Amino acid sequence: MSEPKIIGILGAGRVGTAIARRALAAGYEVRVASSRPASDIALVLQFTAPGAVAADASDVIAQSDVIVLALPLSKYRSLPADQLAGKIVIDTMNYWAPTDGTLTEFEGAPSSSEVVADYLTGARLVRSFNHMGYHEMDGEARPAGDPDRRAMAVAGDDAQARSIVADIIDRMGFDPVDAGRLANARDFAIGTPVFGAPLGRHDLQAALRAPLAA
Amino acid sequence: MELGVYSFGDVQRDPKTGELGSTAEAQRNLLEAIQLADEVGLDYFGIGEHHTREMPASAATVILGAAASTTKNITLGSAVTVLSTDDPVRVFQQFATLDALSNGRAEITAGRGSSTESFPLFGHSLNDYDDLYAEKLDLLLKLNDSEEVTWEGQFRPSLNHALVVPRPENGKLPIWLATGGNPNSTVRAAIAGLPVSYAIIGGDAERFAPLAQLYRQAVEQVKVPGADTRVSVASPGFVGDDAKAAKDLWWNHYHEAFRALGEIRGFPAPQRPGYDRDANGKGALFVGSPEEIADRIVALHGAMQHDRHFFQMDLGQVAQKDFLRSIELLGTKVKPLVDAALAQKADAPTEAV
Repeated sequence: MSEPKIIGILGAGRVGTAIARRALAAGYEVRVASSRPASDIALVLQFTAPGAVAADASDVIAQSDVIVLALPLSKYRSLPADQLAGKIVIDTMNYWAPTDGTLTEFEGAPSSSEVVADYLTGARLVRSFNHMGYHEMDGEARPAGDPDRRAMAVAGDDAQARSIVADIIDRMGFDPVDAGRLANARDFAIGTPVFGAPLGRHDLQAALRAPLAA
Repeated sequence: MELGVYSFGDVQRDPKTGELGSTAEAQRNLLEAIQLADEVGLDYFGIGEHHTREMPASAATVILGAAASTTKNITLGSAVTVLSTDDPVRVFQQFATLDALSNGRAEITAGRGSSTESFPLFGHSLNDYDDLYAEKLDLLLKLNDSEEVTWEGQFRPSLNHALVVPRPENGKLPIWLATGGNPNSTVRAAIAGLPVSYAIIGGDAERFAPLAQLYRQAVEQVKVPGADTRVSVASPGFVGDDAKAAKDLWWNHYHEAFRALGEIRGFPAPQRPGYDRDANGKGALFVGSPEEIADRIVALHGAMQHDRHFFQMDLGQVAQKDFLRSIELLGTKVKPLVDAALAQKADAPTEAV
């Protein structure tokens, strides 16, 4: 595909609005949907991500080049798998059993993203944005080459989708680090040393290298 | 602007042995802290419901009830009541009783709470997290509106013209909605006509300013009759005589508290550079000298125009004497500085802004 221009975000909570702000700052058009009516989200976006457009989920999916999943993981089965098939989809969701309750299919799963990928048959799923706090995304974005620039891991089985998402991350103000296949997403899941840690590119590469080589 | 303190009732730690002190002592320490806060002129003391060995303030209204009889002016509240796992009728009765004993100084802050120990304790499922909260908040607001309530829900037996007493001293209890920054919660508070309390516990505090704007815009749009539209901010904070000494001392406690929490939740222990960034400038950790903290409160007020700011000071087993000193400094030093700065701002010609 040609370079993406429109980022669609499903979820208008803390994560969704933080990513919307970064995407707008990077020059993308941004569409946002959630479980609430578009008119409700429009008011929220007016203050939390001015410039982003509220729409219904099916319109957001149909009109956007890349879709970001920023809803609570417990709601992932509300996603329309048929509409997302063939789309580049970024999974930012985390499994927080201590706060969100137990979801049996995620218990013991190597990474939540593989469970989501199984559900979203045909989607070009990329795992990223999950190991940085939403409260850090605004303050930590830096131009390329800045010595304090934070890094984000990118995993997925579709190499082209991975590279497109890496480019988006770069434009948003972070160094993308290619983590390879989706199965490697377990190396930056909750509970790993990478999760929530303020790492630059070299440190993140080093943290991911060992499992990648294995 | 109102200033205050909140606590989850952190236990003490023996500096020599490292052993945790008793959970009973922690309740008495909290009562002592509330009394001092009242004496030094602070406006608010909130107790956050918590059910762990380190933070055992599980029965806030009992402590607040004791404080009602030994304090004069301070507002006594919960910060926060984990409404999802409690019975709204009981919550209302307890706070209305507190309100009676304190001559109208009781408030409730309702929230989901970030800790979830109360779910298994009271037989609730985390899978009902959203539904429990929505239903119980609905009932609590109805109970606040009238002494006779007819109500039906999913998680609690129905009420048929049930009489719920005592009634609050001033007609209604202030019920705040607490949120950690989800924009939907902000809109929910505005639609319900409730004041909103933002928990800002990390990162840049001013990133909550757009939410306060969203709240005021939504309030303007829905125009709920009799709405209470105050905005408050709850954040970690600690005041010491010397800025550097305060930041160094509090770092140990902050690190310990979040290291322990991270072990449970799966995030790494905090690092000093991140702490130093958040404990200065626009960061969310209000740790430092009285002058510095006053300046930072006033700066945030410029962005958020909040009506109340209160601080969690005893996080991570802060020694009682340090906790009390911090309360004293907040009341005797920070508060006069903030009052003076805001009065000056209000008098200043608008072009100076």
